[in-house]
Amino acid sequence: MSVSTVEQESLLGLIPLFPLLGAVLAFLVGLRTRSLAGWIATGASVCSFVVSVLCFQHLRDMSSQHELHRVAAAGAHGAHSVVESGYLALESSLFQWFAAGGFAVDFVFRFDTLTAVMCLVVTGIGSLIHLYSIGYMAEDNSSPRFFSYLNLFMFSMLLLVLGGNLLVLFVGWEGVGLCSYLLIGFWHKNIAFAGAGRKAFVVNRIGDAAFLVALFLLIQHFGTVDFRELESVISLMDGGVALLTVVALCLFIGATGKSAQIPLFVWLPDAMAGPTPVSALIHAATMVTAGVYLTARMHFLFDLAPYALCIVVCIAVLTAFVAATIALVQNDIKKVLAYSTVSQLGFMFVAAGSGAYWVAVFHLVTHAFFKACLFLGAGSVIHGCHHEQDMRKMGGLIKYMPWTAATYAISTLAIAGIFPLSGYFSKHHIIEALSHAGANNEYLVDYIGVFSTMMKLAAIMTAFYVTRSFAMTFLGKYRGHAHPHESPASMVFPLVVLASLAMTGGVFNGWISLQDWLGHTIPVGESHGGGESILAALSHSWPGFLGVGLALIFYTSLQEAPARISRMIPPFTKLLEGKYFFDEIYRVLFVRPLEVIARTLWKFVDQGVIDGSVNGTAAVVDVSGEVVRNTESGQLRFYGLLMLVGTVFLICFYFAL
Amino acid sequence: MNMDYSGHYVLLSLVMFAIGATGFVVRRNAIVAFMCLELMLNAANIAFVALSRRVGNLDGEIVVFFVMVVAAAEAAVGLAIILAMFRNLESTETSEASQLRL
Repeated sequence: MSVSTVEQESLLGLIPLFPLLGAVLAFLVGLRTRSLAGWIATGASVCSFVVSVLCFQHLRDMSSQHELHRVAAAGAHGAHSVVESGYLALESSLFQWFAAGGFAVDFVFRFDTLTAVMCLVVTGIGSLIHLYSIGYMAEDNSSPRFFSYLNLFMFSMLLLVLGGNLLVLFVGWEGVGLCSYLLIGFWHKNIAFAGAGRKAFVVNRIGDAAFLVALFLLIQHFGTVDFRELESVISLMDGGVALLTVVALCLFIGATGKSAQIPLFVWLPDAMAGPTPVSALIHAATMVTAGVYLTARMHFLFDLAPYALCIVVCIAVLTAFVAATIALVQNDIKKVLAYSTVSQLGFMFVAAGSGAYWVAVFHLVTHAFFKACLFLGAGSVIHGCHHEQDMRKMGGLIKYMPWTAATYAISTLAIAGIFPLSGYFSKHHIIEALSHAGANNEYLVDYIGVFSTMMKLAAIMTAFYVTRSFAMTFLGKYRGHAHPHESPASMVFPLVVLASLAMTGGVFNGWISLQDWLGHTIPVGESHGGGESILAALSHSWPGFLGVGLALIFYTSLQEAPARISRMIPPFTKLLEGKYFFDEIYRVLFVRPLEVIARTLWKFVDQGVIDGSVNGTAAVVDVSGEVVRNTESGQLRFYGLLMLVGTVFLICFYFAL
Repeated sequence: MNMDYSGHYVLLSLVMFAIGATGFVVRRNAIVAFMCLELMLNAANIAFVALSRRVGNLDGEIVVFFVMVVAAAEAAVGLAIILAMFRNLESTETSEASQLRL
């Protein structure tokens, strides 16, 4: 019944290998010639992309040889998601990693349709951002280190998506966390930036702890971490929902940390301290999507734990809404985009939690296009305005930076979800999936109405704040003091490519159906018969039009309106501008007590006990040495006395015995 | 004629040895310390002779010969050392020659 085809493909190992070599080479060569490092890193990235495309083609050939059966969507609770047929993958097992007792783990790469999508996104957008970085980091003296870290990140991310079991995925998971830390704190001489890197790493770690718990539970109960083995065992499980729910929730907490959802999203806005290409690559297109990827990968687990899915949707909706509200009042262009990313990740998790995993991946892809374009555009603006990031000091840049403005505008319309740009399709599917979620999940039925409203409001706010950022930056009169200029071609070219993808991505999906392609690996719903009519699509884009329109009015003609509105409701404004005081609450609840504990442990245990015992041992040796030293005084009479006393003792002992 | 006075002689030997030992430890002058050393050796000689008479054979007295030879050789060597010491340190005080120390 289940016709799955797994072929061996030794090229798979090359995909992560190129960036790994690139990381080492870029650093070493960069010690000599600084400018070469960027080209080496970009070259490695492009090679990786080429191999990914080759593997993708191989997979496509395999798929055209098989009849396509869709994976049946999970029915009501109690039914199991069964892989009917059509699972396609390329596999490459590098070596047996370890075997302990009855538990053995191989270092396996598996390239199925989901991985193919992720690989192409990571390597493709990664290569574009590497190219962009050559221009962006041209004047920075430590650019070889930057490119080395960037390639190292690519390596880790590729491990994550290529991993055939949870342990290889986890290696990549940790690796991207490390690279995120290294890259956020890249300009480490600035203490605040280094602190931001540390914050990202620590918050991520909390999620990782939950991930590990899930890992341990899976190993204990199923004895395997391989995705296919887990899928076959779990889909046939009868009962045991409590265990699956706990595992799913733990995995989701891990995803929360990596993909910046409530309550572990606080690191992402601070992460804007890193160079803008980092923000584009890691904190928009790839690393933060790891949580979504994990959820899609483990769909068979989540499908059997509807309570966990309900929690996912709740948190996702809340995050999408709250983050959108915070983005409304930010003045730093990168912070707007950071909160936007948090919000859009919430959208992705809403789709995943509603059981429509392919929609989440679809939005992941389209979001990667337009968000990366937005971030790179922001970087271009920052570069052109000589490191100015405050939008209040920008304005009218459309005259100076036409290409940046055009690509930014296209991406703005895309994220606003306006037909026919890509964002429309993915957003539309998400809202649809949410409205149908109640059918499959009894826990969600009561909340669908509220959630749908919140999501529509979030969509309107998304359109609004992004257009606001566009208007404040590019329209009106220039309010700053620098001399803005357009960025070099190496920076504009990726912008153009990404904007084109953001424009066409949705239509592209209609042409080679992403839904069908992903259907080989994860459950997809019924295929939408034909497209909807253009008029219907445009009317479904109303939240986008509303948000864009309002923002354009507010920020071009009625310049006073936003200020007046915020003056009318001061407590509300304060709440938003204070980012809901998450950081402050965490500081009081968690950071302060931990600091006290750490200081106590440092003073009494580390310095007192450990240093004390080591130093004490040395002191004992020292003192006893001083005492014993007196026997070698060089005084003849003392030696004579010792000999005499010794002889007396000997004689006594002789007679005593 | 049949009384065994070896005990007295051993006691004498003990006292002489004690005086010699104490003198060796206490006196500062190297030559006096040397004399005490000789005193200790002679104390041992007396003990040997007395006990040899008590035992009956002459083995003890033969040992005395050996001890005397050794004492003589040792005296020669020791005085040579003291002479060398005096040449280098300008003094015969034992506390002056304490350079071999920690």
